[in-house]
Amino acid sequence: MSLAHDARVAVRPADVAQRPARTWPEINNPAAWIVAVILLIMPLIASGFFLIEIFATTLILGIMALSLMFLAGYGGMVSLMQLTIAGFSAYMVAVFGVSGNANISLGWPWWLAVPMALALATAFGTLGGALAVRTEGIYTIMITLAIGAAFYYFTNQNWAIFNGHTGINTVATPHFWGVNWRADIPFYYVVLAVAALCYFAVEYLSRAPFGLALQGVRDNPRRMAALGFNVNAHRVAAYAFASFVAALAGVLQVWNYRQISPGSVSVGACIDVLIIAVVGGITRPIGPFIGALIFVLLRTFALDFLVRLGLDGNRFRLLIGLGFLAIVFWSSDGVIGLWQRWRQSRRPAANRPGGGRGHG
Amino acid sequence: MSRFVERHPAWALISIIAIAVGLWLVFAVWPPGLEEAIGRKRVFLNAVFNGITLGGLYFLVASGFTLIFGLMRNVNLAHGSLYLFGGYVGYAISTATGSWLLSFIVAFILTALVGVLLQLIVFRRMEGQDLRQTMVTIGLSIVFADLMLWACGGDFYQIQTPNWLIGPIELPLVTAIKSSGEPVYLRYPLVRLVIFAASVVIGVAMWLALNRTRAGMIIRAGVDDRDILAATGVRIQLVFVAVFALGAGLAGIAGVVGGTFQSLSPGEDIRFLLASLVVVIVGGMGSIPGAALGALIIGLAEQLGSVYIPTYAIVVTFLIMVLVLAIRPQGLLARR
Repeated sequence: MSLAHDARVAVRPADVAQRPARTWPEINNPAAWIVAVILLIMPLIASGFFLIEIFATTLILGIMALSLMFLAGYGGMVSLMQLTIAGFSAYMVAVFGVSGNANISLGWPWWLAVPMALALATAFGTLGGALAVRTEGIYTIMITLAIGAAFYYFTNQNWAIFNGHTGINTVATPHFWGVNWRADIPFYYVVLAVAALCYFAVEYLSRAPFGLALQGVRDNPRRMAALGFNVNAHRVAAYAFASFVAALAGVLQVWNYRQISPGSVSVGACIDVLIIAVVGGITRPIGPFIGALIFVLLRTFALDFLVRLGLDGNRFRLLIGLGFLAIVFWSSDGVIGLWQRWRQSRRPAANRPGGGRGHG
Repeated sequence: MSRFVERHPAWALISIIAIAVGLWLVFAVWPPGLEEAIGRKRVFLNAVFNGITLGGLYFLVASGFTLIFGLMRNVNLAHGSLYLFGGYVGYAISTATGSWLLSFIVAFILTALVGVLLQLIVFRRMEGQDLRQTMVTIGLSIVFADLMLWACGGDFYQIQTPNWLIGPIELPLVTAIKSSGEPVYLRYPLVRLVIFAASVVIGVAMWLALNRTRAGMIIRAGVDDRDILAATGVRIQLVFVAVFALGAGLAGIAGVVGGTFQSLSPGEDIRFLLASLVVVIVGGMGSIPGAALGALIIGLAEQLGSVYIPTYAIVVTFLIMVLVLAIRPQGLLARR
C-alpha cells in the first residue's frame, strides 16, 4: 500500500526532485534559512507600521490562505469558506471574551475564550466540509461560496450574537506575564510563531500517511476507495484540519484589529483569500505566504503608486483583479510556478519533468 | 408524475397535502382564529406574491447560469456582473429614450455580446479545465465590478416603470370580509405581475426550444456528451457561443427587471450570483425546470421568511440548501 503512495508522490516532482521524500525540505536550502533569520530579526529592521500592517497582516492572511492551500493543493477541494471559518472564530473570541459590547460578550478570560472559539470554529468548518464533500470539483466552490455568503448575511441580520452590521468592537487582547501581547513586537512574534507552526504542520502532514492518502484521494478517488480508504472521511478530516488552521488565523485577526464586523467576512474578502492562495501558488505551503505578501503590498501601496502614475487611486481592486487574471492565464501554479519555470529555463540541463504543472 | 407517485407514495402524499393547504390558504377566507395566530391574510398573500414574482426574477438569472453550466461545465461566477451590467445598460437606455421595452432589447443584445466575447476570447482557450475557468470568472467578476463602480459610481439606480404599468390592480382573491359583508380584494402592483408572466413565458419558450427544436436537441445532446456531439459533425464551438450569448443575455434582461422592481447598486452582482448559486444547487445543476422550481422555492422562502421570521430569513434559504444537499446532493430535478 505504501508503495502505491510513494509512487504517487514521485509523480510530483517539485517536492522530491532533489531529495528523498521524507525529510524536511528546507533544511538544505540556504534561501529558507535566510528568510527565517530575516523574519526573526524583523523588529530590528522594520518600524511598527511595517511590522504590523505589512508583515503581521501578511502572515495572518497567509495562514488563512494556507488552510485553503492545504485543501486545494493536497485535497483538490477549493473551499471559499476558509475566511468564513476564520471570521467565525474571530466572532467567537469576541463573544466569549471581553469586548466593548458588554451586553453580548460573556467576559471569559482569553485562555478560555480562545480554545472555545477554536473548537467551535473547527466544528463549524468540519460541518461545512461534511456538507461540501457530498459534491465534487466546481460544485465545492459553489457550495462553500454559498455558505460564506449565508454567514455574511446572517451576521448582518443577527443582533443577539453577532451585533448586526456594527459588529463587535474594542475586543480585549491578552495581557499576562507582564507583557502586553498586542504591543507591536510581542504580537509580531506571536503571529510569526503561529504561522511557523501552521506552515510546518502542513508541511509535515503532506508527508505523513494521512497527507499522502489525501493526495491519493485527490488524484484518483475511485482507486483509493478500491484500496479500502474511506474517501469522504479523509476529505472531512482535511476540512477539520484546515478549519483549525483558519480558526487560528481568525483569533490572530481579531486581536490584530481589535474588532470584527460583517465587512470582514464579506464575500469579497472570501474571494480575496482564494486570490492570495492562487497568486502565490497552491502546490506548496510557502505559496500562500508569498501571495499574501504581494496582496498586502498591493493593497497598501497601490493607491500611492496609482496616484503617482497619474491614475485614479481607487482602482486598486482593478489592479488586483487584472493581476489575478494574468496569473491564472499564464501560470496555473501562481508565482511559485513562474519562478520555477524561470529557473528551469536558466538550467535546461536539470532534468525536471514538467515541474510544478498544477492541479489548480 | 405517476412514476414519482408509485415510487415515493409518502413524499407524493406530503406534497399533495402541502399544495392543498397552500391553495386553501390563498383562496379561502381565513377564519378569525387563524388571523389571530399568524396575522392578516393580506400580509400573507402579499408575501406569497412577492415570493413568486421574486422567484420569476431569480429564474431569469439562474436559467442562464444553469444553461451555461449544463452545456459547458463552466461555473460562470461573473454571472452576477452580467446581471448588473444589463441593469445599468437598461437604466441608461430607459433614461435616454424613455422606452422601457427598448431597454430590454438593448440590454439583452449588449450582455449577449459580452458573453460572446467572453466565450471567444477567454473560455475557448481553456476548454475542459473547469477549475481554471472558474478562477478566471472570479477574476473577471472583480474586474467588472470595479469597472462598473468606476463608470456608474456607488449610487442606487432605479429604472422608471412605464406609465401603463404603474399602479396596483385588483385580483380576484378575497383577503377579508368587511363587517357589511362586502369582500375586500387583494391589490397588487401590475408591473410585478407582468414581469412574472414574462418570465413564465420565457421559461416555457426555453423549455419548448430545448425539447421541440433541432437546435434544442443539439444543446441537449451537448449537455449529455459534447465529445460525441462534436464527433457527429456539429460545430460545437458555434453552439457554445450561442448558448453563452443566450445565458448572458438572459442575465442582462434579469438586470433590467431587477432594476425596475428593486434597485441597482454595487454589491447586487454578488447578491444575485449567490441567489442563482443557491437556486441551481437546490433545483439541480444544468436543469431548466430545476432552475424554475428552485427559484420558486427560494423566492417564496425569502419573502415568507422576511415576513414571519425577519431575523433569520437568510438562514431559511440556507437551511433549504443544506436540506437538499443532505437528501439529494445532485439537486431536486437533476437527472444524475
